[in-house]
Amino acid sequence: MKWDISKINQWKAEDHPLGATIPTAGNAREYNTGAWRSSRPIRDNEKCTQCLICFMYCPDSSILVKDDKVTDFDLKHCKGCGICARECPFEAIEMIDERSASKKGGK
Amino acid sequence: MAKTAKKVAMTGNSACAEAMRQINPDVVAAYPITPQTAVVEDFSTFVASGRVTTEFVCVDSEHSAMSACIGASAAGARVMTATASQGLALMWEMLHIASALRLPIVMHNINRALSAPINIHCDHSDSMGARDTGWIQLFSENAQEAYDNTIQAVRIAEDPSVYLPIMVLLDGFIISHAIDRLEILEDKQVKDFVGEIKPPYSLLDPDNPIAVGPFDGLRGYFLEFKKVQNDALESAKEVVLDVAREYEKLSGRSYGLFEEYKLDDAEVGIVVMGSTAGTAKTVVDDLRNAGKKVGLLKLRLFRPFPVKEIAEALSHLKAIAVLDRSCSFGAQGGPVFLEIRTAMYGKNGQTPVSDYIYGLGGRDVGKDQIMKAYEDLFEAAKTGKAKDTPTFLGIRE
Repeated sequence: MKWDISKINQWKAEDHPLGATIPTAGNAREYNTGAWRSSRPIRDNEKCTQCLICFMYCPDSSILVKDDKVTDFDLKHCKGCGICARECPFEAIEMIDERSASKKGGK
Repeated sequence: MAKTAKKVAMTGNSACAEAMRQINPDVVAAYPITPQTAVVEDFSTFVASGRVTTEFVCVDSEHSAMSACIGASAAGARVMTATASQGLALMWEMLHIASALRLPIVMHNINRALSAPINIHCDHSDSMGARDTGWIQLFSENAQEAYDNTIQAVRIAEDPSVYLPIMVLLDGFIISHAIDRLEILEDKQVKDFVGEIKPPYSLLDPDNPIAVGPFDGLRGYFLEFKKVQNDALESAKEVVLDVAREYEKLSGRSYGLFEEYKLDDAEVGIVVMGSTAGTAKTVVDDLRNAGKKVGLLKLRLFRPFPVKEIAEALSHLKAIAVLDRSCSFGAQGGPVFLEIRTAMYGKNGQTPVSDYIYGLGGRDVGKDQIMKAYEDLFEAAKTGKAKDTPTFLGIRE
């Protein structure tokens, strides 16, 4: 059975796999845990020294890094815990209200 | 087949262990508790002497026993265990998980009272406390039925339209420790009857990796999931009958959802479960000899509860008495009474149904007590009125 979580709230009773199992592996990334977020991290590129401490501390692997440099936040999975902002030695990360960020047309 | 059957004298516990030996499950995880101990004790000697190939797990509690059973069953193994009373109570949260994960675990529960005060003797309060856990419940009247139910339980639980755990219930001491005469099948007959397990899924299949027991998420599919679980339990009813038919061909012994004893032309009847059905049948015989039209219905399948079939079987009666071997504190009556009266509601006008609580903590139930219930019934049949509150049979006053 193909596990397509995107339509799970339309599934009828009989569409659910037996025993509430998840019949495919490695699909946690399909789960939009970013929807839980009430505050969102914003990075100041000027202050950031690319020390990668935020990358090491993020409990959800939501600091995206390419070629040893922080490029962005993975907002599909970032739950907005604020650990990155707290640990950043250069105060390069700020947490802003998620609702106003969304209204401004952010991701 | 029945003519050549092997007749043995065994306690109910030994009969259960013997059935387990013949089934030869992949895993047994159990913790000893009176009056179940001899089931596990006998079975562990089969393990030690190599008469079974079972992986036997000695655990530190019943909570661990059921947890180990769940793990092994999710891995795809055929799993059995046994418990009683406080042991079943300690398993409580895991019982729900076993049924929701749709794991066909087979468990004996040797019915014993729940503390306090501490009491090791029979009543049904332990398994009644587990009646809403999603397990199938099959009650036995004697050692023969406990043996036969055990073998049938494997097939019922593992049926692909069911895939649910099942409890085989037998009365503590009365059945578990009394030596009874019974017929047992040949090892090969049992082996062929139960066949190989086709597990619902396997946690140990690297080609088809799955997650078992995940969080239902904030998406919330819990409601849909529980509906499916309830449907599966309902469908067990049909499977119980199918398996019984097949088992009858093998053993010559016939089983149904319940047993009707002289009920066809009866005017009043008693509903009873477990070993007391045997005593009650002799009371029916005595009253029949005295020209009274009395009958009896012995429940076998309590979960799922066969509402329609029972209502049909009782519909011609003028009055019904239910014998409850447990107390549902603060309810209108015992758990069996609540089921029966609900089943009769709207059926055949207003058949009076009265409740009799008896035998708690192993209090002996004699023919005189059951006779009293029948005498009340003759009166209820005349007046059309049931008793408002449960009667405690044999209480010292």
